[in-house]
Amino acid sequence: MIVLAVDVEKQLGALKLAVRFDAARGVTALFGPSGAGKTSVVNMIAGLLTPDRGSIAIDDTVLFDAARTIDVPPHRRRIGYVFQEGRLFPHLSVRQNLDYGRRMSGAPREAAEFERIVGLLDIDHLLDRRPRMLSGGERQRVAVGRALLMGPRLLLLDEPLASLDAAHKREILPYLVRLRDDAGIPMVYVSHTAAEVRRIATTVVRLDAGRVVAAGGLDLLNDADIDGLD
Amino acid sequence: MLDLTPAEWTAVALSLRIAVVATACALPFGIVIGWLLARTNFWGKSVLDGIVFLPLVMPPVVTGYLLLIWFGRKAPIGAFLDSHFGIVFSFRWTGAALACGIMGFPLMVRPIRLALEAIDRKLEDAAATLGANRPWVFVTVTLPLALPGIIAGVVLCFARALGEFGATITFVSNIPGETQTISSLIYTLTQVPGGDAAAGRLVLIAIVLAFAALIASEWLARRASVRFHGE
Repeated sequence: MIVLAVDVEKQLGALKLAVRFDAARGVTALFGPSGAGKTSVVNMIAGLLTPDRGSIAIDDTVLFDAARTIDVPPHRRRIGYVFQEGRLFPHLSVRQNLDYGRRMSGAPREAAEFERIVGLLDIDHLLDRRPRMLSGGERQRVAVGRALLMGPRLLLLDEPLASLDAAHKREILPYLVRLRDDAGIPMVYVSHTAAEVRRIATTVVRLDAGRVVAAGGLDLLNDADIDGLD
Repeated sequence: MLDLTPAEWTAVALSLRIAVVATACALPFGIVIGWLLARTNFWGKSVLDGIVFLPLVMPPVVTGYLLLIWFGRKAPIGAFLDSHFGIVFSFRWTGAALACGIMGFPLMVRPIRLALEAIDRKLEDAAATLGANRPWVFVTVTLPLALPGIIAGVVLCFARALGEFGATITFVSNIPGETQTISSLIYTLTQVPGGDAAAGRLVLIAIVLAFAALIASEWLARRASVRFHGE
């Protein structure tokens, strides 16, 4: 079953982005070299960047359609986004960061769900700290928790390991795999590292210079792809 | 301790009241104008920028005179405010607050604008993906992150308002108990024989108040910084 249908075009400086792919349940990796337009694609899915042409839909809900001038603003898309640099709010504690999405939607506090996700990510001992006091790996786990606790219908992860050193990468990956197997939320995972994609993805969409050059299973990755985990 | 006469106490209390009211009323405008200058582009932006900063570079007497011919009781804006809202500025302490607020305004807007420009807009994007609409993003992310700049602007505006002289005396004169602030009372005392001792006491008070404002701002800024950065 198709969860996410993307068909977008946008001129980004010299790069002409024209990307079309469908994603099913599980983890879809957007894989390709830097500058291929991966981050621009997820920004469009999140509603932070407006395509020139095309459409984006989740579960039969149209989020964007240039022809029909539909453009749901980001705060109403209910798409969780884990940014490369975490982007935790520096003026709030970890607990307040985690609670932010629920507070904005006005949803009632669900202690069991909070405990479950905090436990899944092992961040219960960090709740009263400020983001400044966290290590890079802890920060990204909190960022994942914050995106999950807003109750998203889709989770976008934009190179969530890129800012971490090798040890922290190995620390986080198991959590993401657990997330894939337990949470059941479809994910789009942006990466330029084949080893990461192999560990986490169920489907691969390969981008180069703003276009989809291949889409399919993990067998798309070949030995020529750089392995950057260690 | 300082042996102030009742008239001197009145001037001190009046100065504080005028400065507090001027700063409090200027703050919402300071945030709106600071935001417009930091975040938007519109036709006439440089004109707005210029008008906001004009009181800083013009002789204060000119600002006071302009207020007099616009906000006086028989002047166009003054007459309108009087007949419709019962607000009178001329020769009242409210007029002194208006003059002080306008004189302090450029000093308030500048740090607020700089703070807003320095905020990482990506944090606002993150808040939007978490379900915050634009007003909520502003209240929960933008304003708290700009707080150190807002504090700096408030303190500078307050200090300027406390010491304002030229625009105030031109607009609302120097009436004991109504518009006679510390500054204008010092001026009066220096014009009469034997006023030196009283002027000296008030000068001391002015210095103490200025120091207190500086220390308060340092303390507030440090608290805000600890909250944000844990340093």
